[in-house]
Amino acid sequence: MKEFKVTPIRNGTVIDHISMGMALKVLRIIGVKDDVSSTVSVLMHVPSKKAGWKDIVKIEDRELDPKELDKIALISPNATINIIRDYNVAEKFVVEVPNVIKGIMRCSNPGCITNKDEPVEPEFVVESKKPITLRCVYCDRVTTEVAENIE
Amino acid sequence: MSAAFKGMDIVSIRDFSREQIEHVLKLAEKMVPIAKGEERSVLLEGHVLGSLFYEPSTRTRLSFDAAMTRLGGRVLGFDQPAGASVAKGETLADTIRMVDSYCDVIVLRHPQEGAARLAAHFAERPVINAGDGAGQHPTQTMLDLFTIRKEKKKIEGNNVVIVGDLKYGRTVHSLSEALAMFGAELTFVAPPTLQIQKEHLKQIESMGHKPKISSSLEDVIKDADVLYVTRIQKERFPDPAEYQKVAGTFRIDLNMLKDVKRDLIIMHPLPRVGEIASEVDSTPHAKYFDQAFNGVPVRMALLGLTLGGLK
Repeated sequence: MKEFKVTPIRNGTVIDHISMGMALKVLRIIGVKDDVSSTVSVLMHVPSKKAGWKDIVKIEDRELDPKELDKIALISPNATINIIRDYNVAEKFVVEVPNVIKGIMRCSNPGCITNKDEPVEPEFVVESKKPITLRCVYCDRVTTEVAENIE
Repeated sequence: MSAAFKGMDIVSIRDFSREQIEHVLKLAEKMVPIAKGEERSVLLEGHVLGSLFYEPSTRTRLSFDAAMTRLGGRVLGFDQPAGASVAKGETLADTIRMVDSYCDVIVLRHPQEGAARLAAHFAERPVINAGDGAGQHPTQTMLDLFTIRKEKKKIEGNNVVIVGDLKYGRTVHSLSEALAMFGAELTFVAPPTLQIQKEHLKQIESMGHKPKISSSLEDVIKDADVLYVTRIQKERFPDPAEYQKVAGTFRIDLNMLKDVKRDLIIMHPLPRVGEIASEVDSTPHAKYFDQAFNGVPVRMALLGLTLGGLK
């Protein structure tokens, strides 16, 4: 039987140690849609020494911008980013949850003014990083439901 | 202290330290004769208050008007968005930017939570939150604290029983946090479906004494120093029969007051809809109309501070 293997990539980004089940959310964050011209590989439910199980996403010919990294940190705070250039790991780091989240998710409170047509970006103060707990700067609503509210 | 207050937005009671609140209460005390019309003042002469009420309000709006007028200032604005450009779909941000250029201080009541913070973001003038949806209502909290301090001489150590809709009630959350900060003991009385939410309880516990939780007013009323009654809203109940049952259990009448402390005070943010029988009004316990008056001197103090007329 032929062994199934995801081959190393030449240039691009490997997002490793994604919290189990979050790979598809990561794809949404980095905007993998019909118009993507490079290869994207997704591994779900991979054995992990650290966490038991993890997901992995490899995206070729692309490096992520800081906003995308912040979003990934919010749904998967232990994810590591490996930037690959010419088959080598050029950079490797763990994503970092910022202290203030601005414009990357909406408030879970339907009555919050930021969910109306006002010219403001939703803004949250990170009250705790483990588990991730956010407080809306506008309506004060505290939430731990991050994945559902990422835009 | 004055430097800290001039130009300051009053959005949430959480933005204030205990010392700052005490300062407001002390100044409010001095405002009482002016609020009663016994003394004249021109403290805020030439100043204009922009009063934007996107939701109906009687006490809050009129007491802000009274406070500004008694201090010699003028008020402009609207008390219902119909007819204003708001009804044509203007964003709050745009309305605020416009009003900001017409006045010296903005008072805002809005149905959306976080509206006052947003207004403060766009306005250069100070913004005073007069209630944002189910969110904060800091000037109500201050006048409640003022009332307790006036009637009881101090806030600390009083057993404050808060009864009614503790889940959705706008005044309850900020008041209970402030009371905890001042060292009052709290008892929450509500039907289980309207009891105070865990996240608020946690916040209060982190600030002071552990509150007591009860679903029976009769069990706890005997030990109360302050009974704070809030309205139970009919629309929270899918079944009208269930509402009648609950509302009946929490009705304050003379019979309910049989064994209470002699110096118990009863407060209510008003309007009341049957929570307190009118027969209670003539007892020395009833302080809800004094409480409504206290909104004037407290709001005078806040307007004076934010506009720099008071220090």
